[in-house]
Amino acid sequence: MRIIIVGCGKVGRTLAEQLQEEDTDITLIDINADRINEIIDEVDAMGVVGNGASINTLMEAGIETADILIAVTVSDEMNLLCCLIAQKTGHCHTIARVRNPIYSKEIGFIKERLGVTMIINPELAAAQEISRLLRFPSAIKIDTFARGKVELLKFKVMPEFDLDGKSIQQITEHFRCDILFCAIEGKDFTTIPGGTNMIRNGDVVSILATPQNAAAFFKKIGLKTHQVKNTVIVGGGTISYYLAKALLAMKIKVKIIEKDKNRCEFLSEELAGATIINGDGTDRSLLLEEGLENAESFVTLTNMDEENIFLSLFAKTISNAKLVAKVNRLAYDDIIDSLDIGSVIYPKYITADYILQYVRATQNSIGSNVETLYHILDGKAEALEFKICDNSSIIGKTLSELNLKKNLLVGCLYRDGNVRIPRGHDTLEIGDRVVIVTTNKGLRDINDILEK
Amino acid sequence: MNYSMIFYILGWIFNFEAAFMLLPGITAIIYLEKNGLAFLITMLICLAIGIPLTRKKRTNKVFHAREGAVTVALSWLVLSITGALPFIISGSIPHPVDAIFETVSGFTTTGASILNDVEALSHCMLIWRSFTHWIGGMGVLVFILCLLPLTGGYHMNLMKAESPGPSVSKLVPKVQSTAKILYTIYIMLTVVEIVFLLIGKMPLFDTLCLSFGTAGTGGFGIRNDSIASYSTYSQVVITVFMILFGINFNVYYLLLTRKVMQAAKNEEVRYYLGIIGLAIVAIAINTRGMFSSFGRAFQQAAFQVGSIITTTGYATTDFNVWPVFSKTILVILMFVGACAGSTGGGIKVSRLLILCKSARKELQLYLHPNAVKKIKMDDKAIPHEVVRATNMFLFVYIMIFVTSLLIISLDNLDMVSNFTAITATLNNIGPGLGAVGPTGNFETYSYVSKIVMIFDMLAGRLEVFPLLLLFERDTWRKF
Repeated sequence: MRIIIVGCGKVGRTLAEQLQEEDTDITLIDINADRINEIIDEVDAMGVVGNGASINTLMEAGIETADILIAVTVSDEMNLLCCLIAQKTGHCHTIARVRNPIYSKEIGFIKERLGVTMIINPELAAAQEISRLLRFPSAIKIDTFARGKVELLKFKVMPEFDLDGKSIQQITEHFRCDILFCAIEGKDFTTIPGGTNMIRNGDVVSILATPQNAAAFFKKIGLKTHQVKNTVIVGGGTISYYLAKALLAMKIKVKIIEKDKNRCEFLSEELAGATIINGDGTDRSLLLEEGLENAESFVTLTNMDEENIFLSLFAKTISNAKLVAKVNRLAYDDIIDSLDIGSVIYPKYITADYILQYVRATQNSIGSNVETLYHILDGKAEALEFKICDNSSIIGKTLSELNLKKNLLVGCLYRDGNVRIPRGHDTLEIGDRVVIVTTNKGLRDINDILEK
Repeated sequence: MNYSMIFYILGWIFNFEAAFMLLPGITAIIYLEKNGLAFLITMLICLAIGIPLTRKKRTNKVFHAREGAVTVALSWLVLSITGALPFIISGSIPHPVDAIFETVSGFTTTGASILNDVEALSHCMLIWRSFTHWIGGMGVLVFILCLLPLTGGYHMNLMKAESPGPSVSKLVPKVQSTAKILYTIYIMLTVVEIVFLLIGKMPLFDTLCLSFGTAGTGGFGIRNDSIASYSTYSQVVITVFMILFGINFNVYYLLLTRKVMQAAKNEEVRYYLGIIGLAIVAIAINTRGMFSSFGRAFQQAAFQVGSIITTTGYATTDFNVWPVFSKTILVILMFVGACAGSTGGGIKVSRLLILCKSARKELQLYLHPNAVKKIKMDDKAIPHEVVRATNMFLFVYIMIFVTSLLIISLDNLDMVSNFTAITATLNNIGPGLGAVGPTGNFETYSYVSKIVMIFDMLAGRLEVFPLLLLFERDTWRKF
């Protein structure tokens, strides 16, 4: 699999780091030689310095034999141009990052007529993720599988749930819920648990279940499950725009605080139902004046990571709001996690995840497909959705017969419109969709779940 | 410093050293030589150290440039010391310093010997000596990179530290694939040479030893008169292959992928071949009177020039008795060296090109003080960093040269011998002039001088900096 990545910003770099762990040959193109050199020192890839939209540069990077070209430079036009030229010179799939809302409305045309295989809009993706969180505020992170029929929910264990010291087996027996615990993160450990593992207060637990079963389980342990009624958003950028649109459609009251007057006017034109406040979102008295104390959720989307984190910390002290903060810088995610500020959204991770999903799916056009892929547990583990096709060796055997890899769970089985948690006596059949949670990275085929 | 990773790779070095010794071991069995046991003992020692080191769990797999350089330098020390054990154990070369000198000379592809009578060595010792050239030529760590399942881009640092030349470029995106391609080309060329020599009716044992020596641009012969007693056909074959092994291997890759035009454009290779051509013609004309015909003079000149510029160090004639003009040309060629990215040593043609172009730029700056001028090679601008590193390389190189010369002058040999002895070891050539000429050897020097020359050979092969890094205090500090 030969992949060319144009643009070595944060997304390009994350992609290269993730893809190098798989069987891929990566070539990076960037106009800045220093940036290329910096990445080449750490990632096993070849670097080409030059303009990614130039045919010569693309030829040097081997566009003729490439399978996928990913254009993630800062400029939308550049990304699209790269993809167009790549398609004329080679026979590769092309992925472009396009963030301007104007183009986003024309995705259909770009895909069909211009032949770009995938368009990724990081802001839209981030907004969708945030809106999912606000719909279910008790979760720190929600990922969906099987077109929304299965959810992977992450939540923190509080003393009032009365789960402390109980083993997973006890909990499932006691509450009689069809859910699967697929990860426990404590202070200094992360495990993919079996039935005997204990849960402690303060642990962050990930469960896999249908939305109904998850809701039932949360009700039984006494966790809020209703969606938020209102939200305060600081920063009126593109993500807020998309987010506000989605929230308004869900009948959630939206208040956006934005510094720039012109931007405010634009937002108020576009978002009819929202309250737009022109002011500095970091102003303490303004936040209090706008009723932060009684807000049910608080989303910080300014361009400064520090401000977002800082504001979340402030909101945490004065209100019970569900907190969501956007962070651009990827390197310090472990520190931010330890601050305990609710949900943190990394648009760059989301973009990289989307593209990775696509790359994995293309990588095996025969056999089973990776349908969806999520990084969970700070990228230490992956949750993947596979569709089982007819040439797999695992068909017809019960799960207890299969020699599965260590640190791997078959989390969810989706068959004929029904979703359930597979147990030892279940078999996998053609056409099933399964969700696999594992720390073994780079699974590309359903057969990879077996110990070789 | 990530010691767990360094020890892990050093462990593999021990294991691979044991594996390499299978070849002399098999030779000993074929020729029923008792001192082959020395290899068995060394293999066991290597495995006893290597296997526990590679089994140990590595906590931290991150590998920076400094770990790369230190690992490479330590690996070469380990290789040299363990490689010398068979000579000491078997008693073929009893003194440890002599034995290490001989092995370092082998691995660094120098080919300088302390042996008066090479023919007295057993077959297994001879083939081991030549095989060390072959291993050292392309590099042990590059070899390890081909075989070990190391992931991540960190291992580029190993390749950077071991490969000769001002800058290392990958042929393909993955380090491992690049290493594999390099070794494939290397093995293919070696096999072709073996076949050509076999066609000339040379015995198999000789073809193996001489091909290993040519491929690594080493130069250990298996006869006292080096190559002189072989047929003219064999000499011509060896001449051609010496020159081929001195060419940048990237060019072969370009040829293999049918990018002939790009390969032909390579400035370094064109200058390299140009220098060889000029030197051959000049020496042939200068030494015409010493040979029966001009053709003979030309063939002899070609062999010696090819041998010296690629830093191989085979000889078919005693160039010590040549006119001073020809000898001077050879000494200059010793410094020039082969192409970057080849198996040869010396300063490298590409570095000299960069230096000449910088000098020219400096002149231009006198004429137009505000001029902005980029130094270009193969139509690409060379980054300022590379130019700076090249300048610094030359300075450090001269410093080492001068210091070494000063130390070995205590032995009170003549100036020409001393000067060329250091030239021949620092540039990984082998023979010099005077007492260390093609017919002489390094036996006459004291052990102190030999240790200095061991250092020079390693410094020359690793291009100075990785080895010097071992002596920098900050390298070993935690902070």
